[in-house]
Amino acid sequence: MMTSHTIAVLVNDQPGVLQRVSGLFGRRGFNIESITVGQSEEEGLSRMVIVTQGDDKTLEQIEKQLYKLIDVIKVVNLSSKPMVGRELALIKVKSEPAERPEIMGVVETFRAAVVDIGTNSMIVQVVGDTEKIDAMIELLHPYGIRELSRTGVTAMIRGNA
Amino acid sequence: MSAQIPAVRSTEQLREKWMKPEVITGSEILLRSLLLEGVECVFGYPGGAVLYIYDALYGFTDFHHLLTRHEQGAIHAADGYARASGKVGVCIATSGPGATNTVTGIATAYMDSVPLVVITGNVVSSLIGTDAFQEADITGITMPITKHSYLVRDVEDLPRVIHEAFHIANTGRKGPVLIDIPKDVSANKTLFEPSQTINLRGYHPTVVPNRLQLDKLASAIKEAERPVILAGGGVVYSGGHEALLEFVNRTEIPITTTLLGLGAFPSGHELWMGMPGMHGTYTANQSIQQSDLLINIGARFDDRVTGRLDGFAPKAKIVHIDIDPAEIGKNVKTDIPIVGDVKTVLELLNPLVGRADKADEWRAQINQSKQDKPFKYKDSDTVLKPQWVIELLNDTTNGEAIVTTDVGQHQMWAAQYYKFNQPRSWITSGGLGTMGFGFPSAIGAQMAHPERLVISINGDGGMQMCAQELAICAINKIPVKVVVINNQVLGMVRQWQELIYENRYSHIDLAGSPDFVKLAEAYGVKGLRATNKEEAKKVWQEAMETPGPVLVEFVVDKGENVYPMVTQGSTIDQMLMGDDEQ
Repeated sequence: MMTSHTIAVLVNDQPGVLQRVSGLFGRRGFNIESITVGQSEEEGLSRMVIVTQGDDKTLEQIEKQLYKLIDVIKVVNLSSKPMVGRELALIKVKSEPAERPEIMGVVETFRAAVVDIGTNSMIVQVVGDTEKIDAMIELLHPYGIRELSRTGVTAMIRGNA
Repeated sequence: MSAQIPAVRSTEQLREKWMKPEVITGSEILLRSLLLEGVECVFGYPGGAVLYIYDALYGFTDFHHLLTRHEQGAIHAADGYARASGKVGVCIATSGPGATNTVTGIATAYMDSVPLVVITGNVVSSLIGTDAFQEADITGITMPITKHSYLVRDVEDLPRVIHEAFHIANTGRKGPVLIDIPKDVSANKTLFEPSQTINLRGYHPTVVPNRLQLDKLASAIKEAERPVILAGGGVVYSGGHEALLEFVNRTEIPITTTLLGLGAFPSGHELWMGMPGMHGTYTANQSIQQSDLLINIGARFDDRVTGRLDGFAPKAKIVHIDIDPAEIGKNVKTDIPIVGDVKTVLELLNPLVGRADKADEWRAQINQSKQDKPFKYKDSDTVLKPQWVIELLNDTTNGEAIVTTDVGQHQMWAAQYYKFNQPRSWITSGGLGTMGFGFPSAIGAQMAHPERLVISINGDGGMQMCAQELAICAINKIPVKVVVINNQVLGMVRQWQELIYENRYSHIDLAGSPDFVKLAEAYGVKGLRATNKEEAKKVWQEAMETPGPVLVEFVVDKGENVYPMVTQGSTIDQMLMGDDEQ
């Protein structure tokens, strides 16, 4: 059964490491829904969080193939445990001055923020899990979305694990 | 018989000299580091970006450098050296086209898990990324076909990088590692201190298996009524052939060896069933399909072995022993996974296992099948049959030669009719199926074993893909016996076009190829030709008695097909036996 998986990959912060990981996904036919990379808690190591679709067999292959990369230190299937997954989206939405209060209402309900206001548009920043961001986008859609930029999911296992 | 290869001074004698901390260039660091890794022979081709390295090689005698005529020849020779010796093969090429010419050879080694260290030059660091003359992103290009790769940005990193590269190449599941060295890095000087430790957090191959899994296998053997062993290249690469023989002798389980596993088990053994798969034996394929316990030892369930996957070994409990966990469960669902080095696994396993007592009927059935359905072909007195030629080579060398092959029909006939008894005697491009591999890999094998008879079996197609290396055989008196099985056609393609594409023979005619005897002579290599059995026996005898390199062309039947054959999409018990043709 195809399901969405979120995996964290701890890698050496080396030039080309993103290419090694993304290239592996590409040539083995693994799908990447989103990928985020950044510094980790340890100097010299980066953490990638990848959201991928696939059945259990595919996920097993992804983990095993990732481990074959010398620059990969650790692979954790976050979505197999309770996790916190968050992404950030910036949404530039059309807004004539008259529409602003209505849009602000939507923004407040979502505990999102308006981070820029132009003459006939504003930028809304929203943080949350993927569903929340999808919902926000849907609600803003009728006003006209000029530009949308999402970071992709970053995530962690809850608790002490 | 032996090659005119000067003896290398022993590593121990020179170690002190090489280890001495000194301020030297990156190129000298490279050479010293190679020596400290035990390198005896490198294959290469100079060019602009490796001029400093070749300058350091000027007058250098502590290891051999063999100048090939094409980087593809160099990389395949390094591959043949590695397969024949078990050591890491080393190849040097310049930036850009030099580096890209090694790509096919790197992919060949990657597919067959052959340890190589490939050293490429690159343009000076400040020009990288500017589309400079002879610049190519070789680490990027080879990322999918290397086990690991390095772009060295600082001369200080070189000793560590080289030490790591050799470690990575020749441990775990072996494979090629590429080191790209910009020209300025090879020129810059630093204090050389040999790197002696390995610190790779992300690389810890599992060598010792889980004991629990071994116990499971031991009890499965006790219960099995129709057990089969499928052994592959992992047995050869781990040096596990003796442990495998003991395992088979203890359990008395019939064994089939894959294309890359040929030589891992003595072909004369009564429990050996030959090779499985597309052109395997009837007995090996039928027994896999009927088995209730299939023990895969160091093979990777390649599609040429399994045929149609959903009908493969349908009744069998599957055991898979492999150093690479990613191979387990990749193609075939596995009941007892055992991750570990094949030799280590077998040595731990042997004290735990006994004879498969419930399999007596099975052994008898297999024995009968072996007698009823051997490989066969219809011999002729008017034309030479390629199978007969391989039998001639086998009979006159008692199966003791190192045999390399190219790819195609001759490769399958060599696999079927040459009877190997020792590991590392059979060198063939199995995974990638690289034409042009057969001849240069033999040069490497001969460099690894100057005292042994090395026979390179090629078709008339593949011979023309790396024929230029005849030059280095002549110049260095490398006594490879180069066999060309000439059917004047791309035989395996012809066979598929005949059987599957309804005799629509498209672009397979190699008529007009050079006269191979004259070609050899043009390079200063003795050339001989045979068109019938008498000539064949005579010229082959002459070739064997000639101390240097010889090319022997056997002109064979154009229409001969490789049988048995499992067509793509069939299960492996659905075999075309070619009986109507025979």
